[in-house]
Amino acid sequence: MNDFTKYLAGKVTAGGMNRREFMGRAVAAGVTISAAGELFATSAAAQTPKKGGALKLGLEGGAATDSIDPAKATSQVMFAAVRTWGDTLVETHPQTRAPMPALAESWATSPDAKIWTFKIRKGVQFHDGKEMTTDDVVATLKRHSDSKTESGAAGVLKSITSIENKGGDLVVTLDSGNADLPAIFTDYHLVIQPNGGVDKPTAGVGTGAYKVKSFEPGVRMTFEKNPNDWRSDRGFVDTVEIVTMNDATARIAALSSGQVHFINRVDPKTVPLLTRSPNVQLLTTAGGGHYVFIMHCDKAPFDNNDLRMALKYAIDREEMVKRILGGYGKVGNDFPINDTYALFPEGLEQRKYDPEKAKFHYKKSGHSGSVLLRTSEVAFPGAVDASVLFQQSAKKAGIEIEIKREPGDGYWSNVWNVQPFSASYWGSRATQDQFYSGAYLSTADWNDTKFKNEKFDKLLISARGELDEKKRKDMYRDMAILVRDEGGTILPMFNDFVNAGTKKLKGYVSDIGNDMSNGYVATRVWLDA
Amino acid sequence: MSNPTEIKPAEAPSPSGLRLKARFPLLALIAERLLLSVLLLFAVSVLIFGGVEALPGDFATTYLGQSATPQAVANIRSELGLDRPLVTRYVSWLGGALQGDFGTSWASRNSVSEQVGKRLGNSLFLAGFAAIIAVPLAVGLGMLSVHFRNRMPDKIINVLSLAAISLPEFFIGYLLILYFAVDFGIATFPATVYDGMGLAERIQTIALPTATLVLVVLAHMMRMTRAAILSVMSSAYMETAELKGLSAARAIVKHAAPNALAPIINVVALNLAYLVVGVVVVEVVFVYPGMGQYMVDAVTVRDMPVVQACGLIFAAVYILLNMVADILAIVANPRLRHPR
Repeated sequence: MNDFTKYLAGKVTAGGMNRREFMGRAVAAGVTISAAGELFATSAAAQTPKKGGALKLGLEGGAATDSIDPAKATSQVMFAAVRTWGDTLVETHPQTRAPMPALAESWATSPDAKIWTFKIRKGVQFHDGKEMTTDDVVATLKRHSDSKTESGAAGVLKSITSIENKGGDLVVTLDSGNADLPAIFTDYHLVIQPNGGVDKPTAGVGTGAYKVKSFEPGVRMTFEKNPNDWRSDRGFVDTVEIVTMNDATARIAALSSGQVHFINRVDPKTVPLLTRSPNVQLLTTAGGGHYVFIMHCDKAPFDNNDLRMALKYAIDREEMVKRILGGYGKVGNDFPINDTYALFPEGLEQRKYDPEKAKFHYKKSGHSGSVLLRTSEVAFPGAVDASVLFQQSAKKAGIEIEIKREPGDGYWSNVWNVQPFSASYWGSRATQDQFYSGAYLSTADWNDTKFKNEKFDKLLISARGELDEKKRKDMYRDMAILVRDEGGTILPMFNDFVNAGTKKLKGYVSDIGNDMSNGYVATRVWLDA
Repeated sequence: MSNPTEIKPAEAPSPSGLRLKARFPLLALIAERLLLSVLLLFAVSVLIFGGVEALPGDFATTYLGQSATPQAVANIRSELGLDRPLVTRYVSWLGGALQGDFGTSWASRNSVSEQVGKRLGNSLFLAGFAAIIAVPLAVGLGMLSVHFRNRMPDKIINVLSLAAISLPEFFIGYLLILYFAVDFGIATFPATVYDGMGLAERIQTIALPTATLVLVVLAHMMRMTRAAILSVMSSAYMETAELKGLSAARAIVKHAAPNALAPIINVVALNLAYLVVGVVVVEVVFVYPGMGQYMVDAVTVRDMPVVQACGLIFAAVYILLNMVADILAIVANPRLRHPR
């Protein structure tokens, strides 16, 4: 360990650097990637967690309509809450996103990836003192996937044909091979409940690090430590309180005055002001979420690939990351996957703002007149500004974009997925397969670009059942190229998850899986006195 | 006993009803107003129902959002009966509401009455506290500025209260938070109240939102007080009272107050109604769990039972406060009791 890497390790210990920064600088300093990864893990673990204290989180994205039923958990607040009181069968590694055992100890699959067997952990107690059994697991998965389900996870479980308890093991059969089933079971809706939560879906009883003590939807939720937690590497504070704070300024005020220890959704524009406060640390993580302008490939004038290419070349990605994300993000390359996903296709040429190429394709498309782009403040933070930037850069390429600002209410039912050209956003999914299956397969419910490509569909299905990682990676590469060059997605940027905490907050894990340390923030951090 | 001739013919009700009205004009008026209120509430419920229906997207699609599958949407629709015709759904809701059952929230599956009760309690607590401070303060300042009319204190009071009303309420809130919570650290923020909080703690918690609301409603009431008193004082009958040698106190109690009170009571009532139903922005800024935010959340996902209950309560508060204002004005001023 040379001095510079020591310095970096020290910064990790102080909680001031996430893995991405650390790796970037350590690798730049001549450490190999795997060595740097281990170094990071050891320095982070070198901090001894301090037990005790009352943790307070001020989170955006809660409403009076929130339900504690994990099947209905859609808001940010309920996402973090579910992760605090419940456990899923499988978790993901914070830095690589590889599936890791949780309530399932191990798993194996048949060669065609159709039949999966999960060994269920023994000796785990629910908060009500009952022992968790394989039957509870079976009942949980059934509740989220049967024909009567109202679950938000129903979509990702569609391919399941049977769920059984075979001699204490969970056996799941699929209608076609899927190498990613363990990753699907990390979905936060799928926390294991007693008897699957069939009798009392809103009981809030699980196996998590904290027990639900009180819940007022849209206001406040409190937790206390689960004394019988089956894990010792989490749950350091005594109590957790989540306060719903939907106003960005209120969150910042609460954090700067030390009334809460952690807030989510910090507006990049306010970051420089926020970090001026001596008690505040910024907690950013790269993620797979992204902002998009989507064109319907089956509707005029966007059924013309030259027009689509012209618009893809007419957007200035670098400027968008700088102006819209305040630098907290990465440029996109017109396909919805970045290096936070396993099997990311590296080395694809980055598409750049190129007015000449845009002009060339625009001319070739034969289109004349303006194209109408619909946008709204709710499409993504800064969507209206981003649309104007797009309009300006396209103008230099001789393409006229007319912007129509739509009302926020009803945007997702009237404009998105309905109108041929609009602004939108996507969160991250557990795997490439899950993302493409949900939004790019011809028959996908939310194929919001109406991208219908036989070759792509075939690749997607065969990649799903492919257990050979190298072959699979090649297929994902071909798919990425198809989407990038023929799809209807203009993807200018991937946004970082921008959170903030007080300096007292230690042990925050930058988890590329999702926002707020993949929802686990309350169970992973501790408070320094 | 069964002699029909001894029974008075039944022509009496209408004259006696009229007599009743003549004898107890106030009671008759209240009864009439109450009846109208019920009709008005009914109309309000129809309007809200129609309004929410007219919004794009129904509960099933808006609630599940991007994670919705057609199957899950259909399941929610059939479970909640959203697939039934509009009129059937309205009538079944009305049937429940008439029996005092507002149903359960579609989203959280909790009893609406229980939830609304809690939120309404919070809203009334905040509004009540703001009113206790704002009303006497406004009237007092109004009288003070009359006393010092067009002199320095009057001007200062006017400028300050106008400045307060001109700033948007969220901005006043942010300023108070910045100085009292962040910089000086003497006030509690966020102002979230919850079950199991003691009264003293509760009052301390709502200090900042209360101060914001007081600043917002002060100017309106203060200026109306000032204007009403000034206009009465300069009227001919006050001059007459003075000239015929009435004492100042008697002139004010007997002649000035009844005439000045009506407009003041009206503006106070309007402001009180605002304090209960119009403060959603203040609730959001201070993270206060009141009715406004509750209703906005419900409208966002088209949670009809909650929207209906909130809408009716808001309408009822407005109607009630206006009625009370009218009645008080009539009690205060005998002239209004016998309209010509």
